Amino acid sequence: MGDWKTITVPVLSSDSKNIFQYTSERKRSPTSMNSQVLRLPLPSSKNMHSFFSAFCTEENIEQSISYIDRELTTLGFPSIYVESKGKELNIISIINCMNELLALQHKNLRAQEEVEMQHLKLGSDMDHLQNCYAKLKEQLELSKREIVGLQERDRQLQSKNRNLHQLLKNEKDEVQKLQNIISSRATQYNHDMKRKEREYNKLKERLHQLVMNKKDKKIAMEVLNYVGRADGKRGAWRTDKTEARNEEEMYKVLLSDYEQRQKQLLVENAELKKVLQQMKKEIISLLPPQKQKPKERSEDGLVLSDPEEDIGELNKENMWELSCETVREQLTNSIRKQWRMLKNHVEKLDNQVSRGHSGAWNEKDVISREDHELETEKLELEIQQCKEMIKTQQQLLQQQLTCDDDTTLLLQDCYLLEERERLQEEWRLFREQKKNFEKERRSFTEAAIRLGLERKAFEEDRGTWLKQQFLSMTADCKHSENVTTPSSDQDNWLVKSTSQQRKPPSVLNGPVSAEPCQTSQYITHNSAESKKIAGDSMPNLWVESDDKEETE
Amino acid sequence: ASCVQHCLVVRDASSLQVRQIYTCLDQIQYLEWSSDSLFILCAMYKRGIVQVWSLEQPDWHCKIDEGSAGLVASCWSPDGRHILNTTEFHLRITVWSLCTKSVSYIKYPKSCQQGVVFTKDGRYMAVAERRDCKDFISIFVCSNWQLLRHFDTETQDLFGIEWAPNGCVLAAWDSCLEYKLLLYSLDGRLLSSYRAYEWPLGIKSVAWSPSSQFLAIGSFDEKVRILNHVTWRKVTEFEHPATIASKKTIVYKEVEKSPSVETERLFFPPTRALASSLFSTQSKYEISQVPVSLQYIKPVADRANPKMGVGMLAFSADNCFLATKNDNIPNAVWIWDIRKLKLLVVLEQLCPIQCLQWDPRQPRLALCTGTSRVFLWSPAGCMAVQVPGEGDFQIVSLSWHSSGDSMVLLSKDNFCVCYLEREEV
Repeated sequence: MGDWKTITVPVLSSDSKNIFQYTSERKRSPTSMNSQVLRLPLPSSKNMHSFFSAFCTEENIEQSISYIDRELTTLGFPSIYVESKGKELNIISIINCMNELLALQHKNLRAQEEVEMQHLKLGSDMDHLQNCYAKLKEQLELSKREIVGLQERDRQLQSKNRNLHQLLKNEKDEVQKLQNIISSRATQYNHDMKRKEREYNKLKERLHQLVMNKKDKKIAMEVLNYVGRADGKRGAWRTDKTEARNEEEMYKVLLSDYEQRQKQLLVENAELKKVLQQMKKEIISLLPPQKQKPKERSEDGLVLSDPEEDIGELNKENMWELSCETVREQLTNSIRKQWRMLKNHVEKLDNQVSRGHSGAWNEKDVISREDHELETEKLELEIQQCKEMIKTQQQLLQQQLTCDDDTTLLLQDCYLLEERERLQEEWRLFREQKKNFEKERRSFTEAAIRLGLERKAFEEDRGTWLKQQFLSMTADCKHSENVTTPSSDQDNWLVKSTSQQRKPPSVLNGPVSAEPCQTSQYITHNSAESKKIAGDSMPNLWVESDDKEETE
Repeated sequence: ASCVQHCLVVRDASSLQVRQIYTCLDQIQYLEWSSDSLFILCAMYKRGIVQVWSLEQPDWHCKIDEGSAGLVASCWSPDGRHILNTTEFHLRITVWSLCTKSVSYIKYPKSCQQGVVFTKDGRYMAVAERRDCKDFISIFVCSNWQLLRHFDTETQDLFGIEWAPNGCVLAAWDSCLEYKLLLYSLDGRLLSSYRAYEWPLGIKSVAWSPSSQFLAIGSFDEKVRILNHVTWRKVTEFEHPATIASKKTIVYKEVEKSPSVETERLFFPPTRALASSLFSTQSKYEISQVPVSLQYIKPVADRANPKMGVGMLAFSADNCFLATKNDNIPNAVWIWDIRKLKLLVVLEQLCPIQCLQWDPRQPRLALCTGTSRVFLWSPAGCMAVQVPGEGDFQIVSLSWHSSGDSMVLLSKDNFCVCYLEREEV
């Protein structure tokens, strides 16, 4: 505002001094701060006085007032004139305007302060940023330099690498070259050697000729007397026969050596085969009984049946000492199969053990190691307990044997009494049985006696009956011969007949065949009491006669 | 029998009593008994003369003069009645017969380490020949010296041949420039050939096992490879490293210690025995703890026949052990168990080993290192035996008696016989 004023009002400088004095006084009164602040932008007091007086003087008061009014109205303030009449100043409005202007001024000052603060801040920020910028620039420079340096190194290393590669290639080429040189030199040396050897041979030949040419005058053997050969034989002429014989001998030697070797190999072979078979048997026995899937079973069944067949076959083979390819292959194949099965089995067991070890056991028949240990501990405890029991029992026994006499005697007595009672009971039983047996025996003897009597009677009856028969028969044929036949003769004849009955009983069949039915009836009657059961008619008779024999 | 300059002295083996003395015409260079121990041949290479003496008849004499042909080697035939002389430059081998007046010639023999070998039963002889820059082998029947077989070998430069103890297989190997071993049967067929590697130096030594089951090949790469007689393929390889780390090997180390002097016993003038014992050092074996590192020598690279590789191979008589010596580690003898194919024992000596030989009857090994001690090893243990006597007796080589009861120890100028007591069972 000050600036503006200076532009517009240099003409009125002399006039406006007073008003300016006035206003500046007014202004100075309210606040010292304001005035201090005011001092800064505004020119100095001297200048201010002159400045204030420059605008409004006594002459141009109205002009200046109207000018001020115009300015104020353009600024939006209410006019300082009274509305109804012109040229009268509205002091209230003037004061209001002044107040407003002051307020504006304050505001502006504050704004200015703020702006200045911001300005300062921005300035410091700017400085800070400039510093940062400078530092970053430096860093950038540094890193650029570093990069450059590293690139340089990289380039150097690459070039070194290339050089080394090159060197390596060179070395390899050299090696190749040297090898070629070596081989070429070797061939050259060989060639030279051969040439020299040929020369040498030629020399030798020459020398040989010379030596031979000398006709052995010097070369001689002087022996006092010839010595016999070591084996006493005379020397033999060299002929084709001898040559052939030599060949023969040589072949004989070779053959004998081969035969020996073959024998050894056969023996070894047989031993190895035996070992293999044993191994196979053991493997089969080691393998668990195949109780798993039927598929496996079929396989195993096949396999199991195979070895048995094989064993049978091989046993046969071995007996004949054959060693054909197929048998050998069979044996080895079957052993391989068994071995594989065994391996699988062992692997399974291992897995189970490891699983059991880790604590997870799915199958029932897997006993984890801990359980196993527990079991063993339990068993050990049990064993201990049993041992202790045994000890105590032994002690008790000892006590029994060596404890107080009374108690032992008592005990013994008790035992004895028990035993005696038992024995008595048994005796009683025994006696009863004995009585029964006696009774039975008596009854049996009576029965036997009776039986004997009856038998005797029967015999007598039979005898008489037979006698009658016989008599009647012989009466037809022969009268005189067999009349005087008492029962004894009849018996004797019967006895004879019985003795002869062992042999084909064709003699007696004739006369006695007529009465088989009747006799059999009678005999069956009798034999009901006798112990022997009669069957046929003929044996009945013989049985009867047997009885008779016994009784006699 | 021993020779001293011109004289041949024959002694009794059990008592060392002199039995006969013969004089020869010149200094004797080589001496050999005939197989039936009735004759001794003395070869004088310089003069080209071989003289034969008889034990039964001291008056009997025989002289074979090679004359201008010269003499390089001489040996008996297995029947003890023929002498094979190799003339100079290996021009030919002359077979002189003591029974008849016949002379046979074998042309073009090869001058190699082992060119003429006889089978163990003395029936056949194999001779290595070289004609037109090619190697051949001829097999002769010893009874009438008839040529049985003649075949060529696939070797570049045949170095040696050796019969198997069963007399049916002949092993022939190439020179050290190439590793190649060929196996021929008695009738000349090639049974098999073995080649372990191509370029480095090859076979150094070869030994058959007494049962002909194994063939041990020692090579310049410090390894021994064992072939079996059924397939002629390698069964195993034995290595000779400088450090022994396996716990199952026993390492015996020869340790020297000077005897302590008992001051009370000293009296002046000291007796001879005491003096000698004062200055002589005793040595005994100590068992070293595994791992043991042995003295390893790297040979000079630009010389021919370098001292590296397995130079000595010997099987024991019962086929159970193999003794080897690695020339890179010249102080040690390695004993391998053939039944288990493992290293059993290592004997570490103080000086390089000069000679080792197995007892022909028992599994006993005797070795000498050029000192005055002979070392014996058996599965029961090992010991060092000092040769008693004054002065130094540097044992250079030794040789067992065929009964295994005694052995001869040779030094440069002297020899002595060592008798071994048999344990009363």
